Amino acid sequence: MYAFTYHRPGSARQAAGLLAKKEDAKILAGGHTLLPTMKQRLASPTALIDLGACGDLKGIVRKGRTVVIGAMSTHAEVAESAIVQEAIPGLAYLASHIGDPHVRHRGTIGGSVANNDPAADYPAACLALGATIVTNQRKIEADAFFTGLYETALEEGEIITRVVFPVVSKAGYAKFRNPASRYALVGVFVAKRGSDIRVAVTGAGEGGVFRWPEAEAALKARFAPKSLDGLKASAEGINADMHADADYRAHLIGVMTKQAVAQATGK
Amino acid sequence: MATVSMSVNGKAVTGSIDPRTLLVQFLRDDLRLTGTHVGCDTSQCGACVVHVDGKAVKACTVLAVSLEGASVTTIEGLAVNGMLHPMQEAFREHHGLQCGFCTPGMIMSAVDIVNRRGNDLDEKVIREDLDGNICRCTGYHNIVKAVAAGAEAMGGQSMDQKEPPRQAAE
Amino acid sequence: MSATGIGASVRRKEDHRFITGQGRYTDDINRPGQAHAYFLRSPHAHATINAIDFEAAAGMPGVLGIFTGDDLAADKVGGLICGWMIHNKDGSPMRAGPHPALAQGKVRYVGDHVCVIVAETLAQARDASEAIIVDYGVLPAVVDTASAAGARTVVHSEAPDNTVFNWHLGNKDETEAAFKAAKHVTKLDIVNNRLVPNPMEPRAAVGDYDDGEGIFTLYTTSQNPHVARLVLSAFIGIAPENKLRVVAPDVGGGFGSKIFIYAEETVCVWAARKVGRPVKWNSDRTEAFLSDAHGRDHVTHAELATDADGKITGLRVKTTANLGAYLSTFSSSVPTYLYAPLLSGSYNIPAIYAEVDAVYTNTAPVDAYRGAGRPEATFVVERLIEVAARELGRDPAKFRMQNYIKSFPHQTPVIMMYDAGNYGASLKKALEIIDYKGIGKRKRDSARNGKMRGIGFSSYIEACGIAPSAAVGSLGAGVGLWESAEVRVNPVGTVEVLTGSHSHGQGHETTFAQLVSDKLGIPIENVSIIHGDTDKVQMGMGTYGSRSGAVGMSAIFRAVDKVIAKGKKVAAYVLEADEADIDFADGHFSVKGTDRKLDFGSCALQAYIAHKFNGQDLEPGLKEGAFYDPTNFTFPAGVHICEVEIDPQTGVTKIERWAAVDDFGNVINPMIVEGQVHGGIAQGVGQALLEGAKYNSDGQLVTASFMDYCMPRADDLPSFQVGMTVTACPSNPLGIKGCGEAGAIAAPPAVINAITDALGHEDIAMPATPQAVWRAAQKSITRMAAE
Repeated sequence: MYAFTYHRPGSARQAAGLLAKKEDAKILAGGHTLLPTMKQRLASPTALIDLGACGDLKGIVRKGRTVVIGAMSTHAEVAESAIVQEAIPGLAYLASHIGDPHVRHRGTIGGSVANNDPAADYPAACLALGATIVTNQRKIEADAFFTGLYETALEEGEIITRVVFPVVSKAGYAKFRNPASRYALVGVFVAKRGSDIRVAVTGAGEGGVFRWPEAEAALKARFAPKSLDGLKASAEGINADMHADADYRAHLIGVMTKQAVAQATGK
Repeated sequence: MATVSMSVNGKAVTGSIDPRTLLVQFLRDDLRLTGTHVGCDTSQCGACVVHVDGKAVKACTVLAVSLEGASVTTIEGLAVNGMLHPMQEAFREHHGLQCGFCTPGMIMSAVDIVNRRGNDLDEKVIREDLDGNICRCTGYHNIVKAVAAGAEAMGGQSMDQKEPPRQAAE
Repeated sequence: MSATGIGASVRRKEDHRFITGQGRYTDDINRPGQAHAYFLRSPHAHATINAIDFEAAAGMPGVLGIFTGDDLAADKVGGLICGWMIHNKDGSPMRAGPHPALAQGKVRYVGDHVCVIVAETLAQARDASEAIIVDYGVLPAVVDTASAAGARTVVHSEAPDNTVFNWHLGNKDETEAAFKAAKHVTKLDIVNNRLVPNPMEPRAAVGDYDDGEGIFTLYTTSQNPHVARLVLSAFIGIAPENKLRVVAPDVGGGFGSKIFIYAEETVCVWAARKVGRPVKWNSDRTEAFLSDAHGRDHVTHAELATDADGKITGLRVKTTANLGAYLSTFSSSVPTYLYAPLLSGSYNIPAIYAEVDAVYTNTAPVDAYRGAGRPEATFVVERLIEVAARELGRDPAKFRMQNYIKSFPHQTPVIMMYDAGNYGASLKKALEIIDYKGIGKRKRDSARNGKMRGIGFSSYIEACGIAPSAAVGSLGAGVGLWESAEVRVNPVGTVEVLTGSHSHGQGHETTFAQLVSDKLGIPIENVSIIHGDTDKVQMGMGTYGSRSGAVGMSAIFRAVDKVIAKGKKVAAYVLEADEADIDFADGHFSVKGTDRKLDFGSCALQAYIAHKFNGQDLEPGLKEGAFYDPTNFTFPAGVHICEVEIDPQTGVTKIERWAAVDDFGNVINPMIVEGQVHGGIAQGVGQALLEGAKYNSDGQLVTASFMDYCMPRADDLPSFQVGMTVTACPSNPLGIKGCGEAGAIAAPPAVINAITDALGHEDIAMPATPQAVWRAAQKSITRMAAE
């Protein structure tokens, strides 16, 4: 690691103030992407602003037809939250399958969403559930938030404060893990809210998380695994690396989508 | 340099450290608690697992400076007054270790599994929850047996013995 | 059998320190005034070094010294060596290029050592490394095993066609004749995938120099500290052996990769004197991937001849082995004498001929990794046998039973004289454990659920103990392969055993103590095992090749015998009887036919106070040593059966059952032996399903972390059902054969045979990843639908 100065603000507002003042500063949330990157000397922020003491970024509450999750909520807190389990069990399930138990104790939803790793789990949930990403400055719809590999709509100086998930009638997640890293080789989140059906795919897209319109259309007729029979995702624009080529990943998208729908429908 | 104070194995400690010091470096280099090991650079192997405020974390992926006021338990703090923790005893009894290098992290993870999931653990749960700990020696067979037995033994003792007593850091 | 004696599953004495965080590994050692080394490594697979500019770096904070290969050469520090000479088919010696610890003019693989920076802190050393400007002349790289020979790119000018040696073993003419006469010939092309050993403790070294005494001390992660001292002294020239102490403290796994003498420890111990400070290096995992010796990496064509009765009549093999960019310490022995002599497997094969070409490539050196040559041989044999059985329409168990060697001793056509075994007994037991009779129903049940189930056999044999010394010397070994032991009895009757074996997970502190306590009839707590320090143990050959039981414990056995013999002399004086009338049993010396006796502790005391005898007639004291050189290799063998279920939708292979029946001869501690089997199987399953080191065409290692190189985790593996059969080994006094590598040798073909069985005989390469299995499953389903 290169040297940096360390700051530990007590609120998101203070954090934003520091972020504006310090050049080459980076936000430290759970640190499970940033710290390994810094250890390998692949990132060299001159200042780290640790959100760990920002009490206003914690907490999970139910607000009407939404679940509001503070950005500094750990994956374990989301997974174990009675509120999330009751309102959107598919989301709790997703959180309970990120990384390993130790990672889930430190990694946060805000960090994951802001990083937009193409193999991360949360972006699929945000996109499929139509979440709203709330920052210290504005509200951004998930559809407009994830803009490319490790790219988001976040501007300089913007900090995610919470993620608002609409409560849907059905939701499910299925992930095929990269056997080595255990990140998603393909992860599919499906959600049904009234007649609105969304299928979001992570791990597979050359440009990061994306929606699969053909599957959404097929599930509109009937929200059941069978509706997906014979449906194949195109291998165009799908990632190819030493772990999986595009054809295999495209095939897995179909298999994982079915599994996610089965989970969502309790079948 | 930055100053950090925390409780480690029930003792209050204060360190004047470079902010880039990882928790595992603070434990090994500053406190000379060398039971916590480093086996990889990518936060995967779990040789460095310790408990922070009662939860298992990878000490190679946490800045020591961020743990102001926290309570840390390492493998050295698991036995109380010379009495082995039931999970330590179970690893010995069931030959859950060979070279011993992954063992501290394994045991700390195992205790965490019991803290989260209770004392009656089936093989599938144990294997899934050891996702973040790599062992190259045992093939996991005896580790799985040890965790199950250790979990059961932990059920036989009173709750306050599950985690060693902590002293407030303040 | 006593609760702590031979045959008892005694809980391990060493565990207390490990489970309480008090193990002492090399990285836990910190010397006063210690500085830190950082190796600047080549980012290129193949390049000339035209210039190294470290002027700016040398002046950076904390920097104590920056050293290159020229500095080593100026101090007459020699290069790293390969300790096993192989001769070509024409009798000429192998062609080996030099292996400098720090590069001299050229780098030959990504991770090769360009120079070392020693600084106050590791961060400062690393900072300085970034200020060093190296002018590289990048050259094309040769990476691929199969096409390296004769490639335009030459790794070492000493081997102009990149071929280190072309070697052969067996009887060519008889084998040709067997194939001509064969009723059926089974042919296979096999790639034995390159693996990275990855013990959980990365390599480390702390070099120290005491100027007052002129003595170097090296703390290092070694499986054989005495061999390290020998090589560092006699060949590399750090210091004479009496001025160099090597300590291998607790070592966190080795699996072969810590046998070798590497650049880093050589440089650390040398640099300690250069900078006048202790120098520490601790590998990170990325460095381990780049610079630890890798394992396997064979490309093979193999053929098996059978007659009209299904009897095997011949085997021929052509293998190309990738040895990487330099010859590591024992690299040349692995694809030759540790490989081809095992090609007879457990079978009576009258004619065998093997040709092995070894090549240089611009990749990390390849050397012994758990099993070392024997997994490669077993994979060839057991895949051929399984495929032959399928082609002949024979049940794979019955086909094996028919062709097993059934009488001993048995001389194979490839050097080995098998001394004892009962392969049929192991097969029978394994079939029972796996419930072979029920496999048909289980396959149908799986098919009903849309899954594909298969069963695969592996009837392996291995050779352990690598001995006797005279024999391995005649095959090219640079050292003898005996072991030493010293048994020191204290005046109160407690015992220290000094052994040349080294424990890095094997549990010697327990097993060896069991043997001594059992033989001397004293409590196991009274026996301490001391190893891993050249100042304490005089000489030893170390631990690898499953040799510590068969060779190391036999040396202890002999030394204990000598202690008992001396004790009898002492007892004769004390009990006032003739020495010939003294018996020793259950910890007591006694006079035949009387009730006069002396316990072992009292005898020890008498030996030291020496009041009862004349020092001219009998030397005081009780301490004996032994060097044990075995009469033959040992031949552990067994049958592993693996049952898998494949999900053709995802290609995921789940191991449903595993039966392992091994014949390790006599067993001292079954708990520890079973643990060795479990761990070996896991590494074999890793090779078969998960692991594979991959270089791209530029010679970049693309699997250089656990993110990309898949290590077996708990949820990748099942629990194993382990059974044993016993035929005692006649070649050593304990009847022991060795158990450390069996699982890793047995497992890969068992898994691949099971997968190909599930897939309707569709071939598949290792590692059989989900993607590969999915693709093969689709092919198989399409083919079966068409048939």
